[in-house]
Order: sequence, then structure tokens, then C-alpha cells
Amino acid sequence: MNPPAADPLSAGLLERLPLLARDALTSGLPEPWRWVSNSLLAILAIIVVFSSLFALLTLAERKVLARVQNRPGPNRAGLPLTRFRLGGLGQPLADGIKMLTKEDIVPRGADPVLHFLAPVVLLALSLLTFAVLPYGRLLVPVELEAGVLYFFAAGAATELALFMAGWASRNKYSLLAAMRALAQLISYELPLLLAVVPVVLLAGSLSTSGIVAAQAGWDLGFLPRWFVLTPWGFASFLIFLTAALAESNRSPFDLPEAESELIAGHLTEYSGFKYALFFMAEYLGMTALAGLGVTLFLGGWREPLPFLEFVPSYAWFGLKLLALLFVFIWIRATFPRLRIDQLTRLAWKFLVPLALLNLGTAALWALTAGWGPALQPLRWLGATALVAGPFVLLGRGLTAGLRPRTYRFA
Amino acid sequence: MIALAAIALCTLAAAAVALALRDLIHSALLLIASWVGIAAFYLWAGAEFVAFAQVLIYVGAISMVVLFAVLLTRPPTAPVSPARSGRAVPGFLAGGAVLGLLAGAVLSSPLPAGTDATPAFGVRELGLKLLVPHAGALLATGALLTVALLGAVVLAAGRGKEDAP
Amino acid sequence: MLGTGLLHGLKVTARNLVGSFHDPARMVTTQYPEERTRLPENYRNFPFLLGDDPADPLGTLRCVACQICEKECPPQCIYIVMERDEKGKAQKRPKVFDIDLSVCMSCQICVEVCPFDAIKMDQEFEIATADRFTGLLRHKEDLARSNAYYHQLHPTEAAAVDAALAEQKARQAAAKAAKAPAPAAAPPAPPAVPPTPLPPAAPAP
Repeated sequence: MNPPAADPLSAGLLERLPLLARDALTSGLPEPWRWVSNSLLAILAIIVVFSSLFALLTLAERKVLARVQNRPGPNRAGLPLTRFRLGGLGQPLADGIKMLTKEDIVPRGADPVLHFLAPVVLLALSLLTFAVLPYGRLLVPVELEAGVLYFFAAGAATELALFMAGWASRNKYSLLAAMRALAQLISYELPLLLAVVPVVLLAGSLSTSGIVAAQAGWDLGFLPRWFVLTPWGFASFLIFLTAALAESNRSPFDLPEAESELIAGHLTEYSGFKYALFFMAEYLGMTALAGLGVTLFLGGWREPLPFLEFVPSYAWFGLKLLALLFVFIWIRATFPRLRIDQLTRLAWKFLVPLALLNLGTAALWALTAGWGPALQPLRWLGATALVAGPFVLLGRGLTAGLRPRTYRFA
Repeated sequence: MIALAAIALCTLAAAAVALALRDLIHSALLLIASWVGIAAFYLWAGAEFVAFAQVLIYVGAISMVVLFAVLLTRPPTAPVSPARSGRAVPGFLAGGAVLGLLAGAVLSSPLPAGTDATPAFGVRELGLKLLVPHAGALLATGALLTVALLGAVVLAAGRGKEDAP
Repeated sequence: MLGTGLLHGLKVTARNLVGSFHDPARMVTTQYPEERTRLPENYRNFPFLLGDDPADPLGTLRCVACQICEKECPPQCIYIVMERDEKGKAQKRPKVFDIDLSVCMSCQICVEVCPFDAIKMDQEFEIATADRFTGLLRHKEDLARSNAYYHQLHPTEAAAVDAALAEQKARQAAAKAAKAPAPAAAPPAPPAVPPTPLPPAAPAP
């Protein structure tokens, strides 16, 4: 069910601050123009906030990756035209200027319309997914009853832009790489959706605010009822994380765009600003999926402990989002890249069966929701066994024949 | 009314240009654009769930099937041979017959006209309608899709074994 | 169990990340050009001419313009012209001593064959220039450095060279002292020129 919209007047001042700012700007306008300008302000806010986050994310990724590799990372580009280094904070600006001033090369045989449209469509669709995420108690840009479905519809359409990029370059390596990228995206679409279905099942709603509302309350007075803290939710979260990494072409699933694989995959023939747009679309997709993960599993904008309510809800959402993005970067720093056959095998043979079994576990969890406190340990133990058992058994089964490689010729 | 006309024009234009183009990939992409137009129709009619499902399934998945089929079965740069003008007349007749049939069916069925109050038909109601009166159809469709998927897997696995030396 | 390897990997990278903030072993980068790493003693890059007086190395060059290094240099990057006075008699010092650093490959053969310990290897590498014709052509004035500079660059080697030169000087003085009171004795043995000491073996880095 769609939850009733939160009463704006009952929330604290910090919560209402963005809305007050918006009303200060647009309250003078007559009614239809006011709705239009409110929507435009929301769009502008999303674009500005998430583009700055993208810029800082590229810098943070480079610095975290560098520190993991025992080196400082970019620390020289600071305020332009001054001597202040600021630890490298000006690096995204420098990269942006570099990308803008590079020559835009379009291969002679390339399809000019598709070559131009591919990054534009990709970026537009990636931005569309930000519309349904609840950033705060009062901060949902569009309140859709089927919000989660909208998110995945916009995300699935981005695969088309990837194909357009690979096809339009008229380069057989680009095309081959685009097809491999599509195979990867389609393979991981299924575990992604299957990991989200239990959440929808237990929240009883497809709307993102409804799912956040379903994670309200405290167990034993202080434990939040986030879905990640349940056995099926934990498994779902891990499957969602893996599938999200693969869907945004992110390490260790970045086969389509790795430099050692088919040059740069579908991005080979793109230079300058179009390359930057692809890059931006990838990072925005990653951020959107991380935001969805926070919403579905980590309680959205809810605070983790009851007495922390004074911190505004959008700050909690931001903190959780940054934590999840840090985990993505940490994973990139740690794991080697998967081959295409290892990728697809992981998706179809491991994640899909586990996700289906997890769906059954979640259904059982929903059916036993009415059990009293005496039976709760049994419920938890049973659910944990149903989640851990297949994981261990399937893992053992799939890795049974693998041995360390022996090389006959050096 | 203007919105309906605009969406209809865009969708039909995309489909018409898709028929006329020589490059098969361009035609496929314009066909996909016409599916997006259909999703716009659903949105205009207030059926959000169906619109998003249309985008997810058609633009997200069926478009992949179409494109992979085109790429894997013919050389990508070979243009489609131009339709001979002798085929145009039977084509128009067949299309006109289908149009007449559909128009006649739509115009002769008793639909309530001009009601301003559209019933609030949310996701929950949709789910209940699917599961309670139409559960049999839903289960049969699910079984059919599962069988098709298993068959595809078996076919793919079987061909792999034949190719291995 | 599946996944334990992944968790172990994450632990290793986390340790590196946290350690890079406080543990010097996990952040070994030198912020060049503000900091410089100390070059090892055996590092060599382009030669220089040795002068004995720290205040005036150019005037007290040990080089006698014998041109052995010019002949032995494999890419022939040394150009020497001996100083001659008005009558054309050779003065034992070079008028022109040019090394073209764009040709020199720092093989150290000139150092090895010099009988007078007059040319040694420098460690300067920051010599980039925009002038590609004469920017890397070094003359006698640019190449002259004092023995103190040599001690600073290669202490062990410099100490060995100084010891050898002192021993040679002592032997010459002893031979002269032996020659003076006994002129009817056997003809004085020519002073043995000690071989130029080879640089000490490089320590493990």
C-alpha cells in the first residue's frame, strides 16, 4: 500500500530545510507554474548533487585505490592557478577540463547518429533512475506506486545504449565487446531482480517509500528492523551487491571496458567528452544502484539507533550511500577481474539458484511472522540454515573439480 | 487529446520509418522506439505498472533478442533488399483487412464512454486480479516460459557437445 | 568454504589502506621534487673533472690532457685539446675538455683508464634542456668539481683514491730520499703507479 505522505509540519526544522528553501524560491508563482518549477528544481538538485558526487567519487576512488596500493594517489592538482594543493581536490576539475578540450574523433565509417546518441541515451537513462530514490523523510522526487519497477525499467533500457555504442563504432572489436557486455548485463539482470523480489514481498509494496516505511521500528528496543539484518535479507543483499557490481560494469566484472580486453570494449572509438559521458553514466548507474541497495536493505534514510533521530534523514541516506560506495571501491581494489565464462557461470549456476531458494526462505519468513517470542529462535535458526546450507553445498559442488593449475611447459 | 495524438503520431512514424529503412539495425532500433511509444500510451492512460513492465520487458529484453538475432544470422552491413513494388498491393490489402477487423471490433463493442472518474486501479488491485480470478492463466504462462527456458538451455548445451572435438 | 578467500583478501587491502596513514612501511612514495631519495653510492650518471683545491677546482684540475679517456671512450663523446704555451710546448693541462652528455652512456670506461684519478662519475640527472644542439655539451668549466664534492658523492671510493694517492706520494718521497744520499746505488726504480682502484662492490639495495 502506498504509505500516507509524511506530514511536513511535524518533522524537524533540519528535515524541512530543503523544502523550505524550495518554497522560498517558488512560492510566488501561480499553481501550474509552481508545480513545473518545483519539479525543475528537484531535477536540478539531483543533477548538481550527483554530478558533484561523481566528481568526488572519481577522486575518492583513485585515492583509496592508491592507499591500498601503498601510494598517495593524486595529490597535486588543487585550486587552479594557485599553489594550494588541497590534497588533490582539484583533480576532478583538471580531468573535466582535459576531457572537454580533447579532440572528438568520430571514425569515418561510423554511424554518426548512433555514435552521437549512445552516450546521450545512456546518461539520460542513468539519470532517470534517480527519480524514485527516497533521499529523506520528505525528499522523494517522484512518488510512484511501482517505483522499484520504474527503476529497473530505466536501468534495463541502458543496455540498449551500450549496444548502440558498440555497433555504431563500426569496429569488430567494439561490436564483439558490446555483445559480451550485453551478455553480462542480461545474465545479471536476473539475480538482481530475484534479489529484490523478497524485499517487495515482505514490505508489501513496490514503492520505495513504502519499503523504507516497512523497515521502521526497533527490535529489543535498539536493533533496527532493516532487511539486511535478517537471514534472507543478508543473502539478498549479497546477491544484490554482486549483481549491482556486474550491472554497472564495475570491477571485478569490468571485462567490457578493461584495457587489456579488446582494447576498451565498446568505448574504443570514443574520445574526449563522449568518453567522459560514458564514464559519468557508469558512475551514476553505480550510485543509483547503491542508493537502491540502501533503500531496500539498509533502511533508507532511517537512523540505526533510536536516540540518533536528531540527525536529519538525508544525512543518514548520504552516509549509508557513501559507505556502500566505499565498499564498492574496496572490492575493486581487492579482487582480480573475472573472465566472461566465469562471469556468466557465476550468474547462472550460482546466483540464480541461490536467489530462488532465498525467495522461498523469505516466503517462509513471511508466513512465520506471527510466531511468538518463544518460537523466534527457531525461526531465525531455520532461516539461517536455509540460507547458509545451500550456499555452502552449492559452493562445494561448483568448486569440486577445480585444482591448482599445473603447467607442463614453463 | 493532444497528448494522445502526439504519442500516436510518434509511434506510427517510428514504425513506418522502421519499415522503410534499408539498414536492418536502424529498423530494429526504430521498432524499439515504437515500443517506447506504446509505453507512453500506457502512461497516458494511467497504467503505470504496465508502462514500466512494457519498458522493462520490451526495451530491456526483447530488443536484445531482436538485435542478437539480427547480428547472429546475417552479415551486419548487408542492406535489406528493397521491396519489389509488386508486393505492395497484397501488403496494403492484408494490412487494411487487419485494420478493418480491429476497428470494427473496437467500434462495435459496448465500452462506457465519457466517464470522467477513472477507477483507481493500483498495483495491489492488479495483483489481486491476476492471482484470484486469473490464477490458472498466470500459472500456465509461467509453466510455458519455464519449459521454453529449459528447452533453450538444453538446445544450447547440446550444440556445445556436438562442436567439441 | 566459499568466500573465505574473498574475505581474507578484503582484510589484506583494509590493512594496507589503514596502514598507509600511519605506517611508513605502507607508504613508501617520495614526494618528488620536494623530497629526494638518497641515491646509492654506486649510482653514476655522466663524468666530472676532479680538482684538488675546493676554492678553485678549475685551476687545480688533476687532468694532464693525456687523452687516454678520449681514445677509450666507446661513443667518442670526449674532446680534448692540450694547452700549449707560445713556443708550442705542451703544458700538462687541458685547454678544451668537452663532453657531449647527449652521447655519453655513463659506462665509466674513462674513469677506469684514467691514470691520474682526474675524471670520476657524477650523479646528476636533472639536466633536461630545451636546446637540443648545445644544451648538453659540457665544457671544462661546467665539469670541474672539487675533491670534497667527490667525497660527498662516493665516500668509500674517494677515501680509497685518497689513500692510494697518499701512498703513491709517500713512495715517491721515499724513493727521492733514497736516491739523494746514494747516487752510486742501483738506478732508482721508477715509482710504481698504483692502478686506479676499482669502485667497491655495490651493496645489496
